[in-house]
Amino acid sequence: MKLELRGITKRFGSLTANDSINLVVESGEIHSLLGENGAGKSTLMNVLYGLYTADEGEILLDGVAHKFSGPGDAMAAGIGMVHQHFMLIPVFTVAENVVLGNEPTGALGTLNLDVARARVREISDRFGFDIDPDALVEDLPVGAQQRVEIIKALARDAKVLVLDEPTAVLTPQETDELMEIMRGLAKSGTSIVFITHKLREVQAVADTITVIRLGKVVGEAKPTESAADLASMMVGRAVDLEVHKNAPVLGDKGLTVTNLTVVGDRHDKVVDDVSFTVHGGEVLAIAGVQGNGQTELAEALVGLRGVSSGTIHLGELDITASSVREVIDAGVGYVPEDRKKDGLVAEFSIAENLMLNKSFGAPFAKGALIDFANRDRIADELIEEYDIRTPGRDTPAGKLSGGNQQKVVVARELSRDLNLFIASQPTRGVDVGSIEFIHERIIQTRDAGKPVVIISTELDEVAGLADRIAVMYRGRIVGIVDATTSRETLGQMMAGVSA
Amino acid sequence: MKTEVTPGMFSQAEIAVSKKTPIVMAGFTAIVLVFFGILGTGDVVVWQFTKPDDTFALPDFTVASNTIGLIIGVVLAAITAYAFVLVSQKKHPALWLSLVFGLLAVIALLSWLAAGNKVQFAFILSNAIVLAIPIALGAMAGIMSERVGVVNIAIEGQLLTGAFLAAVVGSLTDNLWVGLLAAMVGAALLSMVLATFSIKFLVDQIIVGVVLNVLVLGVTNFLYSQWLANDGKNANFPGTFPIIEIPVLSEIPILGPALFENRITTYLAFLIIPALWFFLFKTKLGLRARAVGEHPLAADTVGINVARTRFWWVTIGGMVAGLGGAALTIGSVGAFGRDMSGGQGFIALAVVILGRWHPFSAGAAALLFGFAIILRIWANQVSPGIPTDFITMVPYVVTLIAVVGFVGRVRAPAADGQPYIKG
Repeated sequence: MKLELRGITKRFGSLTANDSINLVVESGEIHSLLGENGAGKSTLMNVLYGLYTADEGEILLDGVAHKFSGPGDAMAAGIGMVHQHFMLIPVFTVAENVVLGNEPTGALGTLNLDVARARVREISDRFGFDIDPDALVEDLPVGAQQRVEIIKALARDAKVLVLDEPTAVLTPQETDELMEIMRGLAKSGTSIVFITHKLREVQAVADTITVIRLGKVVGEAKPTESAADLASMMVGRAVDLEVHKNAPVLGDKGLTVTNLTVVGDRHDKVVDDVSFTVHGGEVLAIAGVQGNGQTELAEALVGLRGVSSGTIHLGELDITASSVREVIDAGVGYVPEDRKKDGLVAEFSIAENLMLNKSFGAPFAKGALIDFANRDRIADELIEEYDIRTPGRDTPAGKLSGGNQQKVVVARELSRDLNLFIASQPTRGVDVGSIEFIHERIIQTRDAGKPVVIISTELDEVAGLADRIAVMYRGRIVGIVDATTSRETLGQMMAGVSA
Repeated sequence: MKTEVTPGMFSQAEIAVSKKTPIVMAGFTAIVLVFFGILGTGDVVVWQFTKPDDTFALPDFTVASNTIGLIIGVVLAAITAYAFVLVSQKKHPALWLSLVFGLLAVIALLSWLAAGNKVQFAFILSNAIVLAIPIALGAMAGIMSERVGVVNIAIEGQLLTGAFLAAVVGSLTDNLWVGLLAAMVGAALLSMVLATFSIKFLVDQIIVGVVLNVLVLGVTNFLYSQWLANDGKNANFPGTFPIIEIPVLSEIPILGPALFENRITTYLAFLIIPALWFFLFKTKLGLRARAVGEHPLAADTVGINVARTRFWWVTIGGMVAGLGGAALTIGSVGAFGRDMSGGQGFIALAVVILGRWHPFSAGAAALLFGFAIILRIWANQVSPGIPTDFITMVPYVVTLIAVVGFVGRVRAPAADGQPYIKG
């Protein structure tokens, strides 16, 4: 089916998220929509899927104009969507999820799950998915959940399939498998819109590329164009994709973790007998697919989560059972993975957010009172130094763009004497300009002789920043390898195969 | 894709199992052994399983009170020891073990209370069921609304509305069926208020619920003292539905009279509980409802109207609660009294959780509370020496045991209580 978007404009208040966007996706084509976070890709697709109503413009399928007042209309017209955050009910089975909203029924509206199972098996076999229709979705690995989403769309006869940042949660192997699936689908006539900001994937799989920046189409490109050219189109200026750094100068042992075991929210061992050492002046990156215990490991290191067994030493100091406050006082800086939830208080001003971890004493507090003059002076200095783009220090942090929010967190955590710096997903949802800046800061911290732990699911980031890479899988460290290790090997380790 | 997964990773196997269940069991075993057994009286207890006029009368069972206490105490000690062994082997004690334990403990308690008297088992059982009906129906209303993601604190108000309207309308029209209808419609309207405010205007669900409860309590109290108290003959004298004996079934020993000699309100509850189970788990509408309560955005993306689904499930839940209220008046005592529901709507909320949002389990949990209430009334009669305050505690002690012993990890519908705001 041929999809055509003409002059789509979508405004949220004063913000124009989509500014008269035109897009043509031919039948059986893999069309990549490339753009930074916040460029308006997801908004555009939500308009296409009927979740938002466009202020202007029209949607044409095989030349016929359609108006969608909800996802139901879009699905009926043959549009399927795999959302970045899966739209699956964790406690339902695969079959239940696939037929939800479109259920085969018998008398009295009773569910006919046999038909549902058969439907899942049929599609699953056709594309070699290997999905059990009776498995509970929450028990499936993410890659399989994504395939359930695809089955869900195909079960509704989707002729146009939109994949919104589908590789964000996958291992490199799973990503390759997904690309195979995409090619197979395209061959069978399905048109695919592939939303991403990862250049490598675009080059590997796309037939055509449309680049979006700040809500506008800035041009079309061919996958044969170089990564640098694509990146500069996406960002609007020349971009340096490399992280520049010198060989590490190793200092004393900084962080020593010995046989650490941490129990998660579901009473299972999410960190299982983990040991590693990070020297001063070194970046250890912890790689792995989301949800393999990295989050809990970081929380345990900074005292947010209790430790079941094992020890954590910072130099000679045992911080295994330390409170968060004691860990902060020991000189640990921490950038949490979810800045909106754990990194910032969105309603607080930038100045207030910048003093959150040091509110106990000088220079921010005099006795029980806040020293407002100092707070404002320091806030202004940090805004300047960390290039935080804001109308002023009194702007609520939640009003900033993702990249600037992250710079607030990084500025707060780095602007004191550190003995250890831990950053989880330091550049997730951050624009390319801010990524460069944050990476530079992380390397500066390392070069100042501090031990640095980076937790990231982005292999490019891991490879760029790390001196050594530890790969986590199901709570264990599969291996600690040199930063020059190939992507293929790292990918295998992320799937649990030790190097 | 081949992966190597070392067994034990991400498993719960090596993590110690909570000792909570055996510890609670040990406490109760000690009480039974010491107070009911060793310190118990040798007075004789007569266990009467059937009424003398039943078709199949069973013989009475006579035994000394402290003998029962001792025997059961020893058995309980054995179960406790077994539970400790299980826990030390990192296994979870099975639910049936807790159930058997609870049942035996209750038999010991009854035998102790009724020392020198009779335990009228049939009487206790049938009254427990009648008293459980309003709680069970309130809990069904709670399940219906929480399964779609709306916390219904207003069950108490809906029970009270149902009780009031059933009595007054039934009395004024001299037709119990009209009263029953009025109870269901009135409580449904109250639910619509909750639904509209929480779904459409996104007002905090708890606050709306509390306000509705206070409102209904105030209005019914006012009307009762200003009107019903003076004009009771006319406005608060509806009578009750007749007791219907179901042929053959009602002659089953022990269970027959308790289950099949009841009023229409009780029979309706017997129908509603399995019907709700069927709708929730076997039909398309139930699947959609549960989807809305678990992940409303996901439901929306497959074309399910979240607001409408929530609205109607909450509203129809209100009708069920209204029926529960009617069971308090025209299905039982035949008149409305001030604050008639007396917190049963809140007990129903606990029953929802205890029953893990499942109609059958919630029905069983409601029966537990019905039993606790009749135990209080009965113990007052057979054993006037025991302080009333102590016996009044019984329902709450039962809750405590039930919560600690029976409820393991419970998982509410994921979007329970969360408003859905469309982008």
